[in-house]
Amino acid sequence: MADITKNKAETQVRNLAAVLRGRVTEVYGPGTEIDGLERLSGGASRETWSFDALMADGSRKPLILKRDPLNEQREDNADSQFSGANVLLGVDRWTEGRLMQLAGEVGVPVPEVPFFLDANDDTSAGFVMQRLDGEALGRRIVREDIYARARPKLAFQCGAAAARFHNIAIEHLPSLPSLTAAEALDYHLDVIDALKQPHAGFEYGIHWLRERLELAGDRLTLVHGDFRNGNLLIDSEGLLGVLDWELGQLGNPLTDLGWICIRAWRYGYYDKPVGGFGEVADLLDGYEAGGGGRVPLETLRFWEAFGCVRWGVICMIMAFTHIDGRERSLEKVSIGRRAVEGEYDLLRLVD
Amino acid sequence: MPTDRPTAAELVEAVREFLADDVAPNVEGQLAFHTRVAINALAIVERTMAQGGAMDAAELARLRELLGQDGDLAELNGALSRAIRAGEMDGKRGALLEHLRQTAQDKIALANPRYLTPRG
Repeated sequence: MADITKNKAETQVRNLAAVLRGRVTEVYGPGTEIDGLERLSGGASRETWSFDALMADGSRKPLILKRDPLNEQREDNADSQFSGANVLLGVDRWTEGRLMQLAGEVGVPVPEVPFFLDANDDTSAGFVMQRLDGEALGRRIVREDIYARARPKLAFQCGAAAARFHNIAIEHLPSLPSLTAAEALDYHLDVIDALKQPHAGFEYGIHWLRERLELAGDRLTLVHGDFRNGNLLIDSEGLLGVLDWELGQLGNPLTDLGWICIRAWRYGYYDKPVGGFGEVADLLDGYEAGGGGRVPLETLRFWEAFGCVRWGVICMIMAFTHIDGRERSLEKVSIGRRAVEGEYDLLRLVD
Repeated sequence: MPTDRPTAAELVEAVREFLADDVAPNVEGQLAFHTRVAINALAIVERTMAQGGAMDAAELARLRELLGQDGDLAELNGALSRAIRAGEMDGKRGALLEHLRQTAQDKIALANPRYLTPRG
């Protein structure tokens, strides 16, 4: 049995190598080879692979493939008991790669996306991006000495980057799930109801947010959807790339600014509200400098409170992935107890 | 529950100590991370066994006062959530918020007490 599994895995790697070899010769010319193909992570939802394109002239392009899991057709709206569930399920890989290309075109630091893979007998759908040399682990970014010079710049750079991708004209965007602020609040209540987990704290927070919907503003733009420390590639000089566009959606742009400020991404450095590395004033200055306009603090508070609700609900969804048996996981079920972090912070933001 | 020693709490504590002292130093990568997650989960169970009863009693007393009705914790939390959504608590916001903040603080003291202090 173990041998069969091993053989199957080896066949899958061989098939993938053949697909990639074919694609790199199309993209970079005949004689291009691939080298060092290696699986980086195998989450249940995505696979990432590292490899180099070895050019005919001997030079190398370090690349990453991100693709859907093999042998598993993505079920869109699998969580269809919740309306609008795909805002938390994510977009397909082609859309994700396309969003990165569009962001790069308007000056957002992102890895280049040179080509895509179609789903066929040998691979699931995916996209290939430049492999940049940097750090994405939030815990290290807030702590390690080599990022000391980068940290004070990051909040401004994040603000400027967000303003730029929020300004991409909607007609240039691929098809995306879309939720207004009011719909997003309803959606979170729907999830809480579906899980039969009444939380008076979240209930009060959502009630408070609904009373202040005019603060949300009515812009509808590309939203990154998971814009936070942990999805930012950093080097010793600053922001190198905004990663993980798979929760891209159409929504209120300030969703992203509130999200990067919630405490879950501060890794213990609670006195640095932006990602554990920066200040709100720098984030908002960067946002204005990048063309996003001046965001009042009161509006940011609305969106940070919204972020607390969203974090809490995501924690509950993760826990129930385990509890209802879809994916038994100690990590997922434990995250359920982090919902109260969102509830606690939410109740300190509202009045 | 039997009154024999070890108590359930002492067994959980022993498993947590085993994971922390014997397993954690000898594993790395994902397994080390998941060992830490397991240790944290058991610590939540221990704190809940020690403090949860008193917290539940206090929460129940607050809920009865706030809602002016009787019931168990699950019933009253459901009732409070529905009342908030319907706007029926809008006249008692001060007392409501005080209750909600206390409840959240108690829950976090069980789930992750370090959250209450910076860089703990």
